[in-house]
Amino acid sequence: MGEFWEFVLAPVLIFESWQFGMEVVISGLLAGVMYSLVALGFVLIYKASGMFNFAQGVLVLFAALNLAGFIGLGIPIPLAILLTIGIMILFAVVVEYLILRHLVNQEQIILFMATIGLAFFLSAFGETIWGSDVKKLDIGIPQGRFEPFGIQIQYLELTAGAVAAALVTGLAIFFNKTKIGRALRAVADDHQAALSVGINLRTIWIIVWAVSGIVALVAGTMWGAKSGVQFSLSEIALKALPVLILGGFESIPGAIIGGLIIGLGEKLAEVGWGPYVGGAIEDWFAYILAMVFLVFRPQGLFGEKIIERV
Amino acid sequence: MRLKGLTLGLAAAVAATGIAAPAVQAADTQYFPLFTYRTGPYAPNGIPSANGIADYFNYVNLKHGGVGGVKLVWEECETGYNTKKGVECYERLKGKGTTVVFPYSTGITYKLIPNADKDKVSILTVGYGRTDASDGRVFPWTFTTPTTYWSQASAFIKYIGAQEGGMDKLKGKKIALIYHNSAYGKEPIRTLELLARKLGYKLTNLAVNHPGQEQKATWLQIRRERPDWILLWGWGVMNQVSIKEATNIGFKMDRMIGVWWSGAEQDVVPTGDAAKGYKAGTFHAAGSDFPLIKDIKKVVYDAGKGIPGGDKYVGQVLWNRGMVNAIFATEAMRAAQKKYGVKVVNGEQMRWGLENLNITAERWAELGLKGFMQPVKNTCADHEGNGPVLIQQWDGKKWNIVSDFITPMREVVRPLIEKSAAAYAKKNNITPRKC
Repeated sequence: MGEFWEFVLAPVLIFESWQFGMEVVISGLLAGVMYSLVALGFVLIYKASGMFNFAQGVLVLFAALNLAGFIGLGIPIPLAILLTIGIMILFAVVVEYLILRHLVNQEQIILFMATIGLAFFLSAFGETIWGSDVKKLDIGIPQGRFEPFGIQIQYLELTAGAVAAALVTGLAIFFNKTKIGRALRAVADDHQAALSVGINLRTIWIIVWAVSGIVALVAGTMWGAKSGVQFSLSEIALKALPVLILGGFESIPGAIIGGLIIGLGEKLAEVGWGPYVGGAIEDWFAYILAMVFLVFRPQGLFGEKIIERV
Repeated sequence: MRLKGLTLGLAAAVAATGIAAPAVQAADTQYFPLFTYRTGPYAPNGIPSANGIADYFNYVNLKHGGVGGVKLVWEECETGYNTKKGVECYERLKGKGTTVVFPYSTGITYKLIPNADKDKVSILTVGYGRTDASDGRVFPWTFTTPTTYWSQASAFIKYIGAQEGGMDKLKGKKIALIYHNSAYGKEPIRTLELLARKLGYKLTNLAVNHPGQEQKATWLQIRRERPDWILLWGWGVMNQVSIKEATNIGFKMDRMIGVWWSGAEQDVVPTGDAAKGYKAGTFHAAGSDFPLIKDIKKVVYDAGKGIPGGDKYVGQVLWNRGMVNAIFATEAMRAAQKKYGVKVVNGEQMRWGLENLNITAERWAELGLKGFMQPVKNTCADHEGNGPVLIQQWDGKKWNIVSDFITPMREVVRPLIEKSAAAYAKKNNITPRKC
């Protein structure tokens, strides 16, 4: 095989050792799940309000900071989790009261700008309260690895996969089987129609921001268990963007499937092509992959097709 | 929570740390701008580093009334470890009586070097920056004291050779370099590649993009390559994730060596006990078991004159390194005062002081830091001083020095420095000084 074909087929050739190939696949898929956890928070808010929440990455950080901070104060883990959930709900109420209710019917770009401001405030607020030090976050998620058939799998990533599955199942039940969930879907479909049948838009926004905050807590816990809780955690939002582009901004299954495709694609690319081009290609490759999908499906894999009548 | 007393704390910080520096340098004070990053993703590293400098300046004022009777004043400028902001800080503060800057970023250093000559401001890059700037003939205003990335890389190879039973045993060994994909991270590659050709080990370079939160693909490649040794050239969260990933895949931690910026307490916190055995380079001792550091605690913090919440950093690796920066600057100032018979030194005098920096073992002992560092001596041509490197190891609770001072491969590194500096001089029409 010539050098050219060796390069082109590099992501496939890693399967020459099937165990290693499987490790890349499994690691890619599980890394993708970690991205999906972050992307889910974006999706929830976008579904309910059409708002792209620039602050979602900081929300992940803020939730993890609170949890790590409370545990650091010696508060038992279950209570620390409950306290953090309480803070995320309170945060949703404050955001609705101070920001969202004043921006009803505003252009999407205005809402987007508001979330930029929110991101900077929340980041500085978290830093002021809890300091800038790296915080260890240990809530008992098993560490280490196991090796079935010589394929190395890490417990933390497997746990993240299980948590993501449970989270998506929970959200699906919440959206489809509960009264509030149906109201959320109604608001997502048509604000005006939802209002006309008596759905309280403000309550819905509080609920959706609170749920998004709790999803951020789950994402922050998984990422924080890996790297410690620190301010760079907010930058994982950048990892969620190609997932959203690919999966669609309004689809929960899209966030999961998109995450899996991005995770797998970027790992295969990095391990296969990376060594030929100096490495560190996975970040931009994820965006390239998302853009390729965008060309064929502008609304993303699972996004709603926008048809505007002229 | 830290909210309590925050306002009071800030007021105390302003009073105690000299943040409220005069707009221009007073006749009886020596002014230092401090480029800090107390916010943003690199803040966990930036805070102890900045505190180390500020605490030492504060101590010198409180204990000795300044240097030669001249009080030190300093002003912080937040860069967020961002090169553009760092350059803005420099432009804003250079006219306030600045004689020396500590950029605390290789990126910022690269941007400032071309201006140093014109502005008569020395650039002191302790353990970072542009390695070829060690050639004082081409870079008279830049100081890489006491040692550089290239020296460190060669010292690491010497250490690995010794661990393997001799330099000849390196032939056929596999060494992986995991580096921050930036000017800083790429610094050691040239040296390591040259040594790979000379000694016969196989080098694999693996880049990690900023900030390094996700490194799965890198560690899959480590799984595939199965290197005998890993060198880690990271910063910030990249370090924590790398160390965690290494433990997760079961890599032997005592065969992983971090650059001295990957070997602080902050880097091993998330991994805790699992990081036991992990090693890192350094050029000074760890811990606070030195008379000077104990005295700083007493004079500055026990007296309530320190940075609020800053006492916990005293004696940490990055704090100690910040203190080394401040010691170099004040020792250079002291030397310049003596040479020129002045109190407040100007830019050219400070540059002379740095170029003639000579901290002997006796002087280290006098300072209260016996055994903390090797003697440091700069010359006109050599602004690095060929400082030796130590290896420290994490025991799950603290860093311990586990090697003797390792002399870098001067015969390899210095020709590289001179060649690179000569190329820079040619490109920028600089006529090297005669030394």
